[in-house]
Amino acid sequence: MDMINSGDTAWVLLSAALVMLMTPGLAFFYGGMVRRKNVLGMLMQCFAILCILSLQWVLFGYSLSFGPSTGFWGGLQWFGLNGVGLEPYADYAGTIPHQAFMIFQAMFAIITPALIIGAFAERMKFSAFIVFTLLWAFLVYDPICHWVWGIGGWLRNMGALDFAGGTVVHINAGIAALVMALVVGKRKGYENKATPLHNLPFTVLGAALLWFGWFGFNAGSALAANGLAVNAFVVTNTAAAAAGLSWALLEWIFNGKPTMFGVATGAVAGLVAITPAAGFVNVISAILIGFGVSALCYFAVSVIKPKLGYDDSLDAFGVHGIGGIWGAIATGLFASKAINAAGNDGLLLGNFALMKAQLVAVLVTIVYSFVVTFVIAKLVDKFIGLRVSEEEENIGLDLTQHHERAYTILE
Amino acid sequence: MKLIIAIIQPHKLEDVKRELYAANVNLITVSEVLGHGQQKGVTEVYRGAKETGNLLRKVRLEIAINENFVEPTINAIMKGARTGNIGDGKIFVVDLPRCIRIRTGEEGREAIG
Repeated sequence: MDMINSGDTAWVLLSAALVMLMTPGLAFFYGGMVRRKNVLGMLMQCFAILCILSLQWVLFGYSLSFGPSTGFWGGLQWFGLNGVGLEPYADYAGTIPHQAFMIFQAMFAIITPALIIGAFAERMKFSAFIVFTLLWAFLVYDPICHWVWGIGGWLRNMGALDFAGGTVVHINAGIAALVMALVVGKRKGYENKATPLHNLPFTVLGAALLWFGWFGFNAGSALAANGLAVNAFVVTNTAAAAAGLSWALLEWIFNGKPTMFGVATGAVAGLVAITPAAGFVNVISAILIGFGVSALCYFAVSVIKPKLGYDDSLDAFGVHGIGGIWGAIATGLFASKAINAAGNDGLLLGNFALMKAQLVAVLVTIVYSFVVTFVIAKLVDKFIGLRVSEEEENIGLDLTQHHERAYTILE
Repeated sequence: MKLIIAIIQPHKLEDVKRELYAANVNLITVSEVLGHGQQKGVTEVYRGAKETGNLLRKVRLEIAINENFVEPTINAIMKGARTGNIGDGKIFVVDLPRCIRIRTGEEGREAIG
């Protein structure tokens, strides 16, 4: 008989609250990067996702993602949390109420589509954004979440490791972001130019909230207040630190000065990269993962993006897509059964099978997310129109989409 | 000497600057202002309270120049700021009786450039 453990339950509930805070944190992280005529649009999109996907999750999303099934989705047997009660569900977490696991997972389902909005910042029509987000939750997030984490999910059965959502959350959202940047098109007047940040302190505040919340994201994914949670907590902080520092060093070498924006970006990239690995690697591996992700993401956003010319405005793909792919591969390299007996050994310990499973999971996520996001985007564009008019884009999303403005000039 | 004051759309500032540099006009002062002409402003709603006709953000340029630069400057602003829509703004040209460079005390034509 499964027993509810009060320490485990307290930690998972607190972790759910920490992950919830990441979405408003992301809103400020992104909101600081846009021009001030669009900052409310950014915050509003994050809050809209918080409201809409909280409801979608308890009604449909949790059942479609985590209902036991070998199919495309998890099924609808848990519609409206029917049968998802206050007793443990041992296949997911044996020592906490089933609903505690459900609400922890809800916060992941919320932040994932929120990551995408950085790619179409400053030009997406609000109504189209809502329809796109809902369709994306049903058709992209819920299936991939089921395949990787759900009972009967085929990637889970194949042995791919994703501790806290590198594949499901970050690669998935990163690829969707790339598609949206391509389909929605460039912002007017800022083709291939750096985003003119209107409030860098907001961005730093957002990065700090993300770092804080990420302890819930990764250490909470142990689903218990135990040693594994501590390992995840320690490597998460270590990877963020290594990546923040190394991004600043790269800037120092190539641009002459280290920047605040660079440290904040690097830290977030480090958090992305350690996510799939947090429960399987040691602290030395975490440092290498952090250094690696800074190098890759720095190269992606400062060299490759300008060359290819797509307008991933706030680098949702450059940080979450590239960082997530590196994290999944790094898990296949550095994972060790000495850290987590339920995991596997990576390539550096002579096991090729895990790396193979990681690569399959990454490729499947990239292809599926790319194709389905593309189809959804084209459909929404056809029936609603993804973009605001040129005049609305000039005036800004705050006034045209929400009839309010963030800052006054005169009293 | 003339003082050119132009009110333009904020998002056209980069284009206007580029045209001014191309016309060899490098000394400008830029400030943020609020206003509306035929555009009639925008509607804002705060907790259900509706405010219509609110002022729009504009950018104000001030450029002090000698007579021979008047037409090139006007042309550059027109070229950079025009979209053909209501709200593109206006250019005012006013006489400038004196101009003094603070650092040197120079006056007139020498001080302006």
